[in-house]
Formats: sequence, C-alpha cells, structure tokens
Amino acid sequence: MSFIAVDNLTKTFRIQRRNSGLKNAIKTFFKRDCVEVKAVDHVSFEIEEGEIVAYIGPNGAGKSTTIKMLTGILRPDEGVCLIDGLNPFDDRKKYVSKIGVVFGQKSQLWWDIPVEDSFDLLRDIYKIKESDYLKIKEELVKMLNLNDILKTPVRQLSLGQRMRCEIAASLLHSPKILFLDEPTIGLDAVSKVEVRKFIKEINKQKKVTVILTSHDMSDIEALTNRVIVIGHGKKLYDGSLNSIKKKFTSHKKLEIIYKKIKKVPKIKDVDLIEKSDHRILLDVDMKNNTISNVVSIYSDACEIEDINVIDEGMDNVIIELYKEYQL
Amino acid sequence: MIGYLTYFKTQIVTGLQYKVAAIAGLCTQFFWGFLFVMIYQAFYSYADNSTINFPDLVTYVWLNQAFFALIYIRMKDTEILDAIKTGTVAYELCRPYDLYNWWYIKLLAKKYAAVMLRFLPIIVVAFFLPVPYSLALPQSSLSFILFLTTLILGSFVLVAILMIIQTIAFFTYNEGGISQILFLIAELLAGSFLPLPLMPNIIQKIGYFLPFRLIGDLPFRVYSGNININDALTNIMFQSVWIILLIIIGKYIMKYALQKVAIQGG
Repeated sequence: MSFIAVDNLTKTFRIQRRNSGLKNAIKTFFKRDCVEVKAVDHVSFEIEEGEIVAYIGPNGAGKSTTIKMLTGILRPDEGVCLIDGLNPFDDRKKYVSKIGVVFGQKSQLWWDIPVEDSFDLLRDIYKIKESDYLKIKEELVKMLNLNDILKTPVRQLSLGQRMRCEIAASLLHSPKILFLDEPTIGLDAVSKVEVRKFIKEINKQKKVTVILTSHDMSDIEALTNRVIVIGHGKKLYDGSLNSIKKKFTSHKKLEIIYKKIKKVPKIKDVDLIEKSDHRILLDVDMKNNTISNVVSIYSDACEIEDINVIDEGMDNVIIELYKEYQL
Repeated sequence: MIGYLTYFKTQIVTGLQYKVAAIAGLCTQFFWGFLFVMIYQAFYSYADNSTINFPDLVTYVWLNQAFFALIYIRMKDTEILDAIKTGTVAYELCRPYDLYNWWYIKLLAKKYAAVMLRFLPIIVVAFFLPVPYSLALPQSSLSFILFLTTLILGSFVLVAILMIIQTIAFFTYNEGGISQILFLIAELLAGSFLPLPLMPNIIQKIGYFLPFRLIGDLPFRVYSGNININDALTNIMFQSVWIILLIIIGKYIMKYALQKVAIQGG
C-alpha cells in the first residue's frame, strides 16, 4: 500500500447560470438553471513517502479541487483517498496534524499580530512540545532567514517575507506531507529561488513528502522530476518530466555570434530565422540534427565568437501538451 | 483546549488595540443614554407604567449603554465572512480544531475586549449623576451576583445566535439581506429599541418565549430587582437550555455547510 493512494477521486460542482437581462433575472425566482461540472473526474495515482510531485494543469483543470480533497477540506463525491492510513475528510482532525499546507493566494498567519505570536498560537493549536517547538522554530528561522521579521506584524511584511513565514508556519508541527498550492505566485526571482532551495532541503533532510501545484514551470523543473498533468478534471499524464519534455521539444533555437562569414551553410531541417551583421538565429529540428552537428558545420564556415542554445523550456512543452489533449 | 485559550487571549489583546473606536463608542453611548433618559422622563410625567418604575428604567438605560458592546446584536465579523467568501476558511479547516468552537471563541473574545474598553467610564459617570437620572446600586449583593451571571450567560446566548447568522454566508455568499431581517427581529425582541416591559402585550409574550431578551433585558432587570431572585434563577435555567440548544443547532448547520458547500477560490 502506497503512502498516498488516490483511487477514482471525483468531485462534481453544481454551477448556477442564467442568461443576461432583466427577464432572465426574474425567471430565476421561479426556476434556476444548474449545470453540473466535473471538477475532478476519476483521478487515480499513488505517491511514495519522501517524493516530490508536481501537480500541473491549466486554470480550472481541477488542481486546487484535488488538493482540497487531499487536505480534507472537501468531501469527494466518489472514490477514495487514503493517506498514511487515514481518510482526510472523515478523520480530519487527526489527519491535519500530519500535514502542512500553503495556499499561495491565501494567508494562514493572523494579520494583526507579529509573526512570532502566530507561531506561538500554532504551537498551542498543534500541541507541540515546548522543547520540540523551540528546536524546530530555530531551525526554520535559520533556514528561511526570518530573524529580522519575527517581531513584525504580518500586515507589514512584503509578499516574499510573508511567503517565507507561511512556509515556516506550515512546518512547525513537523508534518509528514507538505501541500504547496502555488507557493511562488507573485514572488520575485530571488525569493523564488530561496523558496525552492528551502523546499528541496526540507524534503531531503526530513523526508517530507511534497505535493505542489504551480504555473511556474521553472519551479517544477527545479524541484522534481515527477509530474502529474491534469486537464478538464482528468489525469492526462503521470511520469517523468524529462520524457514529456523530450516528446514535445522537437525544435530548439540556436544563436550564433560570429566575426566573419563566407557563406551561410545550408543544412537540412535547419531554418534561418534572422540574420544580422554578426548574428544568426537558427531554428533546429531536433529529429534529424544535433546541436553539435550544426555548430561544427558553422565553425567551418565562419569564425564563431559565441553560441547560445535557447531551450523553449517547460512552458512550451505544456502548451504542446495541452494542444495534444485539446484543452 | 490550550489552543482555544491562547486564541482567546490573542483576540482579546488584538481587540484592546482599537482605542479610538472605543472612545467614539463611548460618546455615542453617553448621547443615547441621556436622550433615552429624557424621553422616558417625558413619558413618565404623564403616565406611570406598572411593570417598570422610572428609577429602574433609568438604571436599565445606563446598564444598556455601559454593556452595549456585549449585548449588541447587529455584529458581523468581517474576518469570518471574508474567510467564507474568499475561501481562506480552507486554512482553518487544515488545522486540528473544531471550526465552530474556534469562531465562537473569536466572537466572544471580540465582544469582551470591546466591552472592557467601554463599560467603566459610563458606569462611573452615570453613578454620579443627580438622583432621578443616575444609575442606582444593585438591589442586593445577591442580585448583583445574579446580574453578572445572567450577563455572562447572555453573552453566550448572543454569540451562539451570531454564529448561526454568520454561517448563513456559507450558503448564500451574500448574507446581507437575510442577516438584516434576522438582526431586526432579534433587536426588537431583545428590547434594544424599547425595554420589553414597555412593549405591547403581544410582543412581550413573543419576546418572553424567544431567547433574545435573555441577552440584555434579563440581566439589567435582575440588577435593579425588577425581576426578583426566584425568577432570575428560573431564567438562568432558560439561558442554559437556550445556550445548549443554539450551539447544537449552530454546530449542525456548520457541519452541513462544510459537507455540502464548496470552498471558494483557486
């Protein structure tokens, strides 16, 4: 039995709709039109202890709904999830002591009081032993660099500072599983890197299982190799990041900066996109070419000063993936 | 349990920050206090009322103003309502506590913090006013103890009612209309506009049947002896029964809401 076993999880929402206009508004007094939307449609997967798994999909794909069911907030209409032997919704109170949750778009800290008071309150909520609490708090403060902001009321923190505090708050009770719902949303590049580094470290050191959702592909690339892709509530893909990347990155862009060129060489399946005085931009079809192959041909033709391979990155992969499944 | 206690303390401390609001509140309370006393004096100079005499009524008015923050029914906790509407409630559900108890504590702490900042100046000033307009001493030390007991139990009744009203937001996402109606009925029958003994008979009858008058009307009349010791003890029993009943109803509504209702927001 896996650490996290999700079997045919389904959640349907009823959504009210009405056409615009006064007449239709009055109609709703007597009869309401509802449509049923399957937010999550028979999704199954298994996750082992200590894994980091990225859960990705476009807006409205059912990511957050799944997370809400996994964290015991929503009751599934169908299917079961069993996490560390517990059913999240039915055993909510017992279960939530084992998990930590960060919703990037919401705050779990108390707005009016200093961060440290929030932490103290969490200590009492989770009934953490004082000695354990002090030890963990010190560790987290050091790793996340919180020393200067501990005494500041939450409302005066910057977004990056707040997010670091949110993550610390979710880990005070040493959870076995950490759910991160868009943890880097709105953060600048430096804060993003810091948050990622910390998540990796906590996973390695404490064997915390991490499930994260993000629209930021660099987050996912930096953190994990296993992704689960969901769209229209259905699971589309579950496997390594590299293999979907390989499948969908068929082209790469190659930039060559040169001093002098005799003649632009013609290579099959390599298209010239731009040419200026000292710069050429190529589109290389990776099916029949390798980068080194193209570079070696060009180095015969000109004196290369610099080359630059532009990886289209995960964003394109995801766009391609969505296209294939017609999302 | 310790978690609830710490939360209660935190909320009290937070509430005590709002000093300017308290000063503004005080001014309003004095204004209404004097206004009511003068209006009632005009009424009483033409006709006497057998159910409550003038000095008792004045005491009633001043106690009502002093403990206004505690018995004020029209209270919405924007934090709770926002949590429901925006989905931040998701976080609260990821914590090992009972959401009903948690919010109950929060509302109670807010009320206590607000009343702690306000009641003393009004009591002191009202006490030293010239005689027919002043706050009287309690009828006996026993009636004072019963006054405190009924006042505290009354706050439990009130918060249990407020919890039900807040939870409606789970179902409608805009609880404004419904709560407006409920608040109005509750205030009328609690004696917030006019003490119950001055109301028409039929409304008095309905009022005595429902829990709203147990919030403020009861303790203030116990204080002056307008409700005697025996009746006070019976009413304490009523209060206890209503508290249990309202909490059971509130918990049931919340449980139902959390099972049926979606949590908002991405």
